[in-house]
Amino acid sequence: MSKGTGFFKALGRVSLGVLPSLIAIAIGLAFGFVILLISDSSRAVDGLKMIASGGFTGGMKGTGNVLYFATPLIMTGLSVGFAFKTGLFNIGASGQLLMGAFAGIYVAHNATWIPQPMLWVVCLLTAMCAGALWGMIPGLFKGLLNVHEVIACIMCNYIGLYGVNYMIRNSNIYDRLKNQTVNIPHAAIPRWGLDEIFHNEMASGFKDASSVNGGILIAILLAVVMYFVLNRTTFGYELKACGHNRDASRYAGINEKRSIIFSMMIAGALAGAAGGLIFLAPSNGPSIRVEEILAPQGFSGISVALLGLSNPIGIIFSGLFVAYISQGGFFLQRLNYMPEIIDIIIAAIIYFSAFALLVQNLIATAGRKRSARREREDDADDAAVPEEEAST
Amino acid sequence: MDNVSEKTAKNTPEIAPPEYVIEMLHITKDFPGIRANDDVSLQLKKGEIHALLGENGAGKSTLMGVLFGLYSAEKGEIRKNGKAVRIHNPNDANTLGIGMVHQHFKLVHNFTVLENIVLGVETTKGGVLRMDEARAEVTALSQQYGLMVDPDARIEDITVGMQQRVEILKMLYRHNEILIFDEPTAVLTPQEIDELMKIMKNLTSEGKSILFITHKLNEIKQVADRCTVLRKGRCVGSVEVAGATREQMSEMMVGRKVEFEIQKAPMKPGGKAALVVQNLTVRSKHHGKPRVNNVSFAVRQGEILCIAGIDGNGQSELVYALAGLLAPESGRIFLGDEEITRDSVRQRNDAGLSHIPEDRHKHGLVLDYSLAENLILKNYHKRGFQQNGFLRFDKVADYAGRLIKDFDIRSGQGMRTPARSMSGGNQQKAIVAREICEDPKVLIAVQPTRGLDVGAIEYIHRRIIAARDEGKAVLLVSLELEEVLSISDRILVIYEGEIVADLDGAGATAQELGLYMAGSRKGEAV
Repeated sequence: MSKGTGFFKALGRVSLGVLPSLIAIAIGLAFGFVILLISDSSRAVDGLKMIASGGFTGGMKGTGNVLYFATPLIMTGLSVGFAFKTGLFNIGASGQLLMGAFAGIYVAHNATWIPQPMLWVVCLLTAMCAGALWGMIPGLFKGLLNVHEVIACIMCNYIGLYGVNYMIRNSNIYDRLKNQTVNIPHAAIPRWGLDEIFHNEMASGFKDASSVNGGILIAILLAVVMYFVLNRTTFGYELKACGHNRDASRYAGINEKRSIIFSMMIAGALAGAAGGLIFLAPSNGPSIRVEEILAPQGFSGISVALLGLSNPIGIIFSGLFVAYISQGGFFLQRLNYMPEIIDIIIAAIIYFSAFALLVQNLIATAGRKRSARREREDDADDAAVPEEEAST
Repeated sequence: MDNVSEKTAKNTPEIAPPEYVIEMLHITKDFPGIRANDDVSLQLKKGEIHALLGENGAGKSTLMGVLFGLYSAEKGEIRKNGKAVRIHNPNDANTLGIGMVHQHFKLVHNFTVLENIVLGVETTKGGVLRMDEARAEVTALSQQYGLMVDPDARIEDITVGMQQRVEILKMLYRHNEILIFDEPTAVLTPQEIDELMKIMKNLTSEGKSILFITHKLNEIKQVADRCTVLRKGRCVGSVEVAGATREQMSEMMVGRKVEFEIQKAPMKPGGKAALVVQNLTVRSKHHGKPRVNNVSFAVRQGEILCIAGIDGNGQSELVYALAGLLAPESGRIFLGDEEITRDSVRQRNDAGLSHIPEDRHKHGLVLDYSLAENLILKNYHKRGFQQNGFLRFDKVADYAGRLIKDFDIRSGQGMRTPARSMSGGNQQKAIVAREICEDPKVLIAVQPTRGLDVGAIEYIHRRIIAARDEGKAVLLVSLELEEVLSISDRILVIYEGEIVADLDGAGATAQELGLYMAGSRKGEAV
């Protein structure tokens, strides 16, 4: 077989893999359009255009901002997706993210003896370690006591939230006036020239830069690493085996308890990295506000993972898409849509997009039916189409 | 593979003589990707026992499912007493007097026998159950047909054989005339099988008609009047049982001659003990009683030692303890001279213990992994398959390719086929290939041929015997007496967690084993 056909076959497989996600996105957009129609039918078409053109509305700056907002989404998506691949539902990304963020900021503010160019690296690694530790708790419960990880994760989200609030208030990183953490510009992730690409040139010669920074490259790098861990290593082979069939893994001599704990730790580390990448962003990056709201990126990560069908490479794109759509929603305000409606529309689109898995199953079933029917028609001359029955 | 030479199905008469109580004519049933029944016809006379013979996957159960209303056929017609009928669901079947004993009984375990029998057709008065009338009828029925069952016993307390009688009573209570038995003997002891055969004859002498699904030729010879043979979804033909030999029927079923006697060289004496079990006691979490009670035995090199017994007498727990999946309460296990009682599963595997598990879907395979990934399930971590933690896919592919070729494992897309989409026989072949090719010292094979067709059984038996001849010690755990008798060198019988007999493989008979298995005799040999 020549190389060319092999390439096209591979291409065909990839496009078949992406198809469910694209269909899901289309359904999501259609649903968003319905809400637009209901809330203000006169501007609905413009609104849909606005959403669809998404981040590009803001020119290069807007595009850069899409990358900036996509960074934590890719990370939490990876966190959830990795857990999915190993048979676990990590709904605790929020808590892990917050723990990572706190640890990162704490080190950034206090470990000033570390040379400046290295500081952000140390902070990011600390954030990942903190996330891993926080993820390990549900892992331990699941592995050793067979407590379902969803319950443990949800509890850890709230313990994490209030714990971090408490720790911030009682540490030197608390900015009492603003009720948030202090700024840590000295530990910012470098921009690596991305701001040179993603900015809008103003008439006065002023560069209106986007918030994009090196974080997006780190996120993509980590996604590629996760892809290799899952698909190329014995470690990934073990973790996936445990996810698919815990009994068979035990029978094969895999330490399934250890695998579950490791899976949750890695998922936690990825969510922790999300926290690090958000709060170590340059130019007065955001600070953790002391309030009683779980980090929304943790839950968006579930949608991102589902839309990307838990494939790390797919998650890069689904993370970008969700950020892109959210930016589009931001610009909807120009058409006088109320912010609440915009939130609903964006949430609906993301929610429906997460149906990619369902669409994938539907496509698979339809494919099986079609091949069965073709087989039948091949050897039955009379064209009576018998009714199909989905029984197994 | 479609050249069916003896295809007589097309010759079914267009106008049925009224002697047939049920006719299924030209039935075709498709499942996604597979045609389970292809133009199959079957005619059941009133008062006869009609066997439906075929290998696993030949379409027997599907055909009966169509008759019982579980599936609806794409083509074909069902007639009762010469009149065309439509059966959409089991209730329709019931109305037409068709009843079925499923392979896995459909009983409520914490209900009594009587409650199970009346379930769904209770006699009530003003919403209140009237059990007395039902009790009288059930008692009368069981006397009429010689089915001795205590109506007030709970299902969980009675034997499998008794549970089957409850299923039969359920059909009788519903006044069913056509009784379908789906592999009814699979779970019974030889004595219970004899009883069942008697009951079946009783039923037909009282005017009932029986359809009897099986792949065991002895039983057909014993009770059936006629026999319809299916192969690969097609009807091979119907024969009068009295005029056909076992060999003829098996050839119809498999499509080629089958060797009943497995060629086996006598065991080489003087093999060293390879697996030694001393005073092993295993207690499961849910049962107070020990499931394995103070069991000791040794398997020698070059020997097939078989543990025979009825399902649920501690075989599974014994094997789990040997394989490291369940910690024993007391006792010691040695592999050669090394004690492995406290070793992990991985340590045992690497020390030379292979294990063909009882449940190939639960333990044997990761169904969502490809065939190749499943073939390296136990040695992916060994040098040669990995380097610095990275899987070496080229080596994996070489190895998988070799096993697939050696063991003739068939699948749609070769080694990339998901294990889930493979047939049961090929899944089992994959497991056997994996376990034997690890070059173990001891091979534990639990029900290695469960649910497989005659061809595959023959093949797997030959492989196990070949492993023995190479000097491996084989511990075979089996519920099939035929299997036990045909390939064992030595037989231990387990009853309620204890070894009750130690017999020579060549001298044992099914009757003798049956007595031990039912616990009615205890040997002194241990």
